[in-house]
This record gives sequence, C-alpha cells and structure tokens, in this order.
Amino acid sequence: MFEPVLTRNIHRPDSEKISVYLAHGGYQAARKALTLAPEEIIEMVKRSGLRGRGGAGFPAGVKWGFMPRDADVQKIVAVNTDEGEPGTFKDREIVESDPHQVIEGVIIAAYAVGASRAYVYIRGEFFLGVKRWIKAIADAYEHGYLGENILGSGLNLDMSVHRGAGAYICGEETAMLESLEGKRGNPRLKPPYPAQTGLFGLPTLVHNIETLTCIPNIIERGSAWFAGIGTEESKGPKIFSVSGHVKHPGNYELPLGIPLREIIYEHAGGIRGGQKLKAIIPGGTSTPMLTADQIDVPMAFETLKQVGSELGTGAIIVMDESTCMVEAARRLSKFFAHESCGRCTPCRIGSQRIFEILDRMEHGKGKTGDIDLILELVQGIDGQTFCPMGAMLVNPPRSAIQRFREEFEYHITHKCCLVDAMDG
Amino acid sequence: MATVNISVDGKKIQGETGQTVLQVAREAGIYIPVLCDHPALPPEGACRICLVEIEKQGTLQPACTFPATDGLVIHTNTERVRASRKFNLELLISDHPLDCMTCEATGDCLLQDLAYEYSVEGDRFEGTKHHYSINDPNPFIQVDRNKCILCRLCVRACREINGVEAISVFYRGFGAYIGFGADSHMADSPCEFCGSCVAVCPTGALWPKMSLGKGRPWEVERIQTTCPYCGVGCQIILEVKDNEIIKVDSAWEGPSNHGWTCVKGRFGWDFVHHPDRLTQPQVRRYLLEGSQPKPGPADRHPEVAGDPWEWVETDWDTALDITAQKFRQHRDESDPRSVGVLTSAKCTNEENYLMNKFTRQVIGTNSIDHCARL
Repeated sequence: MFEPVLTRNIHRPDSEKISVYLAHGGYQAARKALTLAPEEIIEMVKRSGLRGRGGAGFPAGVKWGFMPRDADVQKIVAVNTDEGEPGTFKDREIVESDPHQVIEGVIIAAYAVGASRAYVYIRGEFFLGVKRWIKAIADAYEHGYLGENILGSGLNLDMSVHRGAGAYICGEETAMLESLEGKRGNPRLKPPYPAQTGLFGLPTLVHNIETLTCIPNIIERGSAWFAGIGTEESKGPKIFSVSGHVKHPGNYELPLGIPLREIIYEHAGGIRGGQKLKAIIPGGTSTPMLTADQIDVPMAFETLKQVGSELGTGAIIVMDESTCMVEAARRLSKFFAHESCGRCTPCRIGSQRIFEILDRMEHGKGKTGDIDLILELVQGIDGQTFCPMGAMLVNPPRSAIQRFREEFEYHITHKCCLVDAMDG
Repeated sequence: MATVNISVDGKKIQGETGQTVLQVAREAGIYIPVLCDHPALPPEGACRICLVEIEKQGTLQPACTFPATDGLVIHTNTERVRASRKFNLELLISDHPLDCMTCEATGDCLLQDLAYEYSVEGDRFEGTKHHYSINDPNPFIQVDRNKCILCRLCVRACREINGVEAISVFYRGFGAYIGFGADSHMADSPCEFCGSCVAVCPTGALWPKMSLGKGRPWEVERIQTTCPYCGVGCQIILEVKDNEIIKVDSAWEGPSNHGWTCVKGRFGWDFVHHPDRLTQPQVRRYLLEGSQPKPGPADRHPEVAGDPWEWVETDWDTALDITAQKFRQHRDESDPRSVGVLTSAKCTNEENYLMNKFTRQVIGTNSIDHCARL
C-alpha cells in the first residue's frame, strides 16, 4: 500500500495551521536544507528526477541549474497557484489544507537558487486559498521561517501573495509574470526564459504548488527515495485529481506509473451507476482523450505519450457511456475559445470557429464537411500559435473526432445525438 | 556585434547577433510577408503570417521574432509555409467586412495585397463577424474596428513612438478589440493625435477623417517635404491629388523625426487650401499712400471705401521697402530701444539666429524674445 506523502497532513484537523504543521515534523526539511550547500540541494533535486507538476513536466533540478549563480543579481521564486486547467484541483487542496508544506518548499528552493523574494500568484477565484496563503505567510514570518536571517542561516526571504483576475492563460508562466507585474496577462516571447529574464527583468524560478510540495520531502527522505517511486522517466508521488462519472471523485496521491484502471476502479470506486466507461481525459482538458480500451496505460509522462496523450496536470476526467462526445468537445472548445488571450490569429479566431462548428453540430445544424473543416482548423492552429495554448486547444476536438468520429457523423446526418438515440 | 550567416531560400546572407530572421532578410531585400511587424517597432509575433520553415525546427517559426543565429537554413515559400499563410489569412478574412470596394485603404492595404497574392476566399471559415460602431467623436481619426486585424501596431506605435500608451487591447480571445484610455473614445483618452497609429495601421481600421473620400492611393503623388509648423524640420510625405493635399503620411527616413509627427504636422494641413489664407503681402492703406499725419483710431471706418486703416494687397518689394523704412525711421529718429522683436518657434534655428543678429546689430536693441520662452 502506497503511503501518501504530499497529502499526508491534509486530513488532520486544522491542518492549515502552523502549530499542527510543526507538531508533525513541519519545517524540519528546511532546517536540514539550510545546513547544506545550495549546490548539494540542486544536485539532490536533479538526482530525484522530479519533473514539474504543472503540466509541462520539465525537470525541476535542470531548471534550478539554469538560474544564474551571480550573487549580485536579485533572484525571485514565483509560486504558481493559478490552477486553471479544468478538472485539476490538487494545488487548491494543498494550499487550502497544507500551505506550510509549500512555504517550506519555497524556502528550500529560494536558498538553493539564491532568491530573496518570493511571489505567490493565486487564482482570483480561490477565496479560501488566498486567506490560507496570507495567514500561513504571516505565521511563517512570526515563527522566523520567513523574513531576515531565517533560522540563523543568513537567508533573507520575503514572500507575498498576488491575486489573479481569472484568466486561464495566466497559469502559463510568462503570462503569470506579466500579470504579477500588473500588466495584461499575455504570454511573453521565449527566449528569454524566466530563469534569465523573469519577473521585473530578474532571474525567476517559477514552480507549480505540487512541485514545490515535493521539495521538502526530497530533502527529508533523500533523492533515492523519490527516484525509487515511479517509472524510468517519471519519478515520485503524484496527486491525481479524479472527476467525472466515478463513484468517488477526489484527489488521490499515488505513485507515477500506476495504471489508469487502478486509479479509476480501485481508488475512485469505478464508474457510477453501473454504467460503462467511454472515454478518459488523462491530464486535464488540454490533453487528448483516451478510449475505454486504453485504460491499462500507466500514468506516467512517457507512457501516456506513447498512447497519443499526455500526463499534463494528472487531472483525470472520466466519461461514461451516457456522454455525447460532440457535446463534450463543444464544451471543451468553448472553454478554450473563451480563454484565448486574443494575441495571435490562429488561436483568437481559430478557437472561435472550432467552437462555432461544434456548436451547430450539437444543435442539429451541422453541415456535410464540418468534420473535415474542424480537422483543417486543428491542423492549421497546431504548432503555429504564439504560446502553447494553440497546441492545447486542438486536443479535445481532434482526439474526440479521431476516436469517436461516428458520433460526429451521426450528429450531422441525423441532426440529433447518437447517445440519445441508443438510449431510445 | 558578431556577424551571423544564414541562408534564406538558398541565398547566403549576413546579419548581426540580436537581429531577427525577418530583419536580416528585410535588409537583404528578401520579402517575407507580415502584417504585424514594422521596422520602427519591436516585434509582436501576433499575425503568424511570417511563419517560415527553419531546418531542424519541428514547427513553423515566426520570422519576426525568431533570433537569427549562425547556420540557420530558412525556407520562406514552401508549400507548407504557403498553406499556413493562407490559413491565417482565411481566418482573418472570416471576420472582416470585405468592403474593399468602398474602403479607403484599398490599394494601400497589406491584408488586401496578401489576400490577392494567396487567392483567399471569404467563406472558408465563415462564422460570427463583429459589427462594431465606427462612431468615435474625435476630429481626426476614424476608428473602424471591423477592419482591425489586432496586429497591435497602433498599440506599439502609441507606446514606443509617441510614448503615450493611449491605445491598448481590451477583453480577450475573439472578443478582444483595440480601445483607448479606459475603454473610451479617443478624445477621452490621453491620445495626442500624433497619428502614428494611422501611419502604421496595415488596413483601413484607422484612417484620417479629413482624408475620407478624397482619393485613392494610386491617384496621388507622394511628395516628401519639411513640415512648415516649427523649426524641428520633421519630414513628412504629402499625398497630393489634383494639386491638393489629401493626406499626410510618415516619412520614416526623416532624420529629425523618424516618421513621427505631432498633431499639427499630421492633421494641420487644411490651412494650405483655405480660402481665408493670405497669399500676397498686405499693407495698411495710409502707409501705402504715405498719408501724413498718421490717422488716429477715430479715422477707422472699415465699412467705407478708402478707409486709411484698410489692408491693401501689394507686391513684396513695396511691402518690404515700407517695413525697412519704418525700422530705419524708428532707429534713426527716435531711440532704437523703441523697437522690439519677437521671433517664432516656427522659424529655424538659423532664422532665429539671423533675427538676433539683426535686432542687436542692425537695429541696436536688446529687446528680442521668442514665443517658446513666453
């Protein structure tokens, strides 16, 4: 039985309080880290094999290595709490229930890369999260874990919280930095990468909440422990947010590489109402959907890629046989059209056109050739947009058409839904 | 600056580190179509028309933002590139009024040129179109958001050239549009009406109101000249049809203004053809006739023919002779200090210097001042 690590505290009463955190070994990893050389910590994170948990899966230690070592330049840690990928609710639960574990990760990361300032960017809709963040930071200051000369180590670290105004794209790291600077949340041109020119032009380490939560555990238990969990290319524990047509939706912390079937059937209680499984989005709405026969895929970066999808944020959305895939694709496309920042042509207009075509199909007004028109749009948009959003917005309609084409054809020819027709 | 060698469509060309692929190609005279880039402004990467194939890159890359580095092999006109360009044009056209027949920009519109070059048809991705009001109650610039392709050249021109930031993008996605101030009219925003936005707009979205319906780009003669308003010596391009100015355009090579103008230079040209404009020197009748003694205010009868105070048209020699004679009379017969000279910011430095010399040395007074100091 896998012992949860990242979520070990969240079920304790008052788990968000610093007293409870301290009573269960809190901030011990930070104490330990501050006695080590920064290079040793970076080496430990590299050896652990930790990859970013925000969706892109970039090796965290490598990212730390990109930060300049020049002591004269102020460096920044930016904490991405803009968890906006539909179906994903893991960071929210950590921040609401165990914010000090994240602060501990931030202290260790700041010490390792030489940062003296940490900014938290949090989704505007996370009202409780904002309150918990502010309280946790204030308590950490009071106990000497933030501020000047932390635990007598000479490390100075200030931390504050900034609320976003509700834009999906601000979860993309450079758009988040723009928003933190008080500007319109549009992605920046890369290069330069944040590690060179980040927030206010300073070298900035941007991390997801779950990634930062892994850090104290790596320090405390060692990189070998972390690297011992998971698969060849995907190490460590991972929180899977399971939602949709399962009996027990929720966050499940499990080792990477665990088969999708096990998560759905053993942990989330299987499909609700005795229905049959139809499709699964394995890593948040921007990842291509899988069909029921792909359920034995191990949930890891490399294995999901092999079956034509991605691990993304690890948010598993389960759809049973009552789901109309045209409607599912329509709703997902509506989300992406709504969240496009509007900067580049293919995303701004293309996302809208995909939604419009799916919308008319769903409402019985689809035309012959509409399926191919969507595929043309998808091909034209993919890889040609300013930021990764273009590659993401094409995944729901493309994978739905590839795997459930007959449903789209049925909608066009019969002006109604195949799923409804089968129900009688 | 280190030199970088790149290959574009088989041509070996050179640029400098820090330049983009588009900049190097442009300097070498290689054409890469683009809608959102302007040599005077930082790149944006918005329109995706300049996507090119760069060897060893999996996806097409925007020439306008891709840094030129040694050894890049670039193809600007492959089937893949042309298909992508056409795709993006088709998307832009799907939310465009397609009223080229009456559009002011016809013949001077990058979108139109590219739509023609790529045989773009309007209905491939047809869907919702915007219907924005073009009612912006300012005296100078017509704002037609229906023709806007959100290239943000105007946003950058306002920020980078004039330094005002009156223009920005409001809302997002398909609902994004160009707006002014706090999403208000241009006149309510910090806009100074320098018109730089009009000069860089690739379509007919921003157009000078006073030029509407005055003529087509191919009907005008473009004449570069020096703006007459002040001594800065800004270069401007007059668009002249039938010997009448119909528009002012930016002269990007102007050494003192690099394309920028103020509101006067851009929109203050209607005086040229104004019926009230003086085209000949005029002198008071009593001066022309040499009446003695000088008539007083009580002799002023503008309604009566032969009024001694009336302005009478004359030739330059007569007017200048009278002026010189009056100067001499005051200097010699009374005190030179009874003469005062006020010069103008509309004169050049050289002209102002000459007036200074004239006042102090020829007239003999120190009473000289300049409107810019007042």
